[in-house]
Amino acid sequence: MHPAPSIIFFTVFSGLGFGMLAFLGLGKPDVSGFTAFVFFAIAYLLAVGGLISSTFHLGNPQRAIKAFSQWRSSWLSREGCLAVATLVVMGLYAIGVVFFNTRIVPLGLLGAILSVATVFATSMIYTQMKTVPRWHHWTVPLLFMGYALTGGAFLTGQIQLATAGFATIGLMQVIYWVLGDNRFQQSGSTLETATGLGHIGKARMFEAPHSSKNYLMKEMVHVIGRKHARTLRIGGLVLASILPWAILMFLGFSHIMALLALIIHVTGALMTRWLFFAEAEHTVGLYYGQR
Amino acid sequence: MTTLPTQTEKKLGLVIDLDTCVGCHACVVSCKGWNTENYGAPLSDQNAYGKDPVGTFLNRVHSYEVQPAQGAAQTIHFPKSCLHCEDAPCVTVCPTGASYKRVEDGIVLVNESDCIGCGLCAWACPYGAREMDAAEGVMKKCTLCVDRIYNENLPEEDRQPACVRTCPAGARHFGDLADETSDVSKLVAERGGFDLMPEQGTKPVNKYLPPRPKDEQIDILAPLLDPVAAEPQGFLGWLDKTLERIG
Ligand code: SF4
Ligand code: SF4
Ligand code: SF4
Repeated sequence: MHPAPSIIFFTVFSGLGFGMLAFLGLGKPDVSGFTAFVFFAIAYLLAVGGLISSTFHLGNPQRAIKAFSQWRSSWLSREGCLAVATLVVMGLYAIGVVFFNTRIVPLGLLGAILSVATVFATSMIYTQMKTVPRWHHWTVPLLFMGYALTGGAFLTGQIQLATAGFATIGLMQVIYWVLGDNRFQQSGSTLETATGLGHIGKARMFEAPHSSKNYLMKEMVHVIGRKHARTLRIGGLVLASILPWAILMFLGFSHIMALLALIIHVTGALMTRWLFFAEAEHTVGLYYGQR
Repeated sequence: MTTLPTQTEKKLGLVIDLDTCVGCHACVVSCKGWNTENYGAPLSDQNAYGKDPVGTFLNRVHSYEVQPAQGAAQTIHFPKSCLHCEDAPCVTVCPTGASYKRVEDGIVLVNESDCIGCGLCAWACPYGAREMDAAEGVMKKCTLCVDRIYNENLPEEDRQPACVRTCPAGARHFGDLADETSDVSKLVAERGGFDLMPEQGTKPVNKYLPPRPKDEQIDILAPLLDPVAAEPQGFLGWLDKTLERIG
């Protein structure tokens, strides 16, 4: 799949933002006044910034409001509704915390649940795609929620949780890769099933329908850059998980170290998210003799 | 509404004969023509006369080579457009309700004034039957020529999809696949029509007819035409050798 920068930024940063909101909703850290304002501002900036970036890849963003209508069937619609609900609930909760020094606990709890649900809905947009066997797996929601909550824990100063989180996402990332590498084969789709010609023999693309590329190939048959996948995987794993974990584990906490760990982690998360798209093979690639 | 109807009254669709398709791309051209001039946003091209031309098409013809365990390989031309699936995953993923499947005839359509161009439906289609138009930013797909098949302004013989009407080989057939007595249903039963990627669980309405087995012997007279002499003899033999020596 085409790794569109707008979607990579959206999933990584809005994930971080909603992860932060989840912890803020639980009263972690227990702050009020201007300090609380700064925390909420960062969380909203990330969450909303991510959401805005996701509209960059729309063909007709001016109609985006219509995307809230189909929550009964569509995960994308559900995600939109949940995101707005989270932002509203957490906004009300934030007003209490920042201006009145009161924590409305049930409201915060609801906001925290909605935050996690939003990230879950984002992940389900990909997980539901049977056409992309690598995504169509339970590891994907865990991975997305893992990244969001780890980043959220770290940004809200929950150092112990974040340390455990960095280790966990590394492990989950490896599991996702190991299980994912065979998923296309296991799905059973081949050029023979795609054309229905398997009863005659082995099929091979003889001639493409057009001499140039098309939307389908650009969007879903992205094979460029995959040859560096191994290097990028190792790099992503080291940056997103191992290094931040090691910094927190062995160097102790200081603000400068935390900033460093954050930058390293986000760089790694962007790398693994890039791979999440670039390595995902869509069944339509079969028709084009590529995957 | 992007929830799917549990059942549709009719299942209008195409039956595509892989035996007779000659790969002339006439259906590609007529589809592009009709759907650029009629229903919805035109099918645009970008850089049409430049170095890397791209454009939106609702129907494309691929060509494959199939190698049996024994004997010669076969070339098979393979037209592909939307299969109007019963369990269309492209419909349920749509966040706006722009994508829908009609209850009355099962045609899968996009309401372009609701489409935000998120592209998710194209991801959900296993077959690559949906293409985003780069000029309009809305999703385009085969409409089964909904503006022809019911169009009373057209003479009756033209109330068929443009691709079906155009195909010079008669490789595309249109009809109701829910009706067992329809010509298309009979054709599917007779020729063993099949689904593409059944493992995806989309239950396509469109069916494909397999290529007929190749004739074992091309001509009954062929055995009589065996070469008379493998090695030239006599004068021809002498000529052959002499020429070889000179050459
Ligand atoms: S072929 Fe693709 S676009 Fe057409 S109905 Fe099936 S899934 Fe949808
Ligand atoms: S591209 Fe348009 S039709 Fe397709 S899912 Fe998005 S809004 Fe719906
Ligand atoms: S039915 Fe109409 S829209 Fe569909 S492929 Fe044929 S010509 Fe194109």
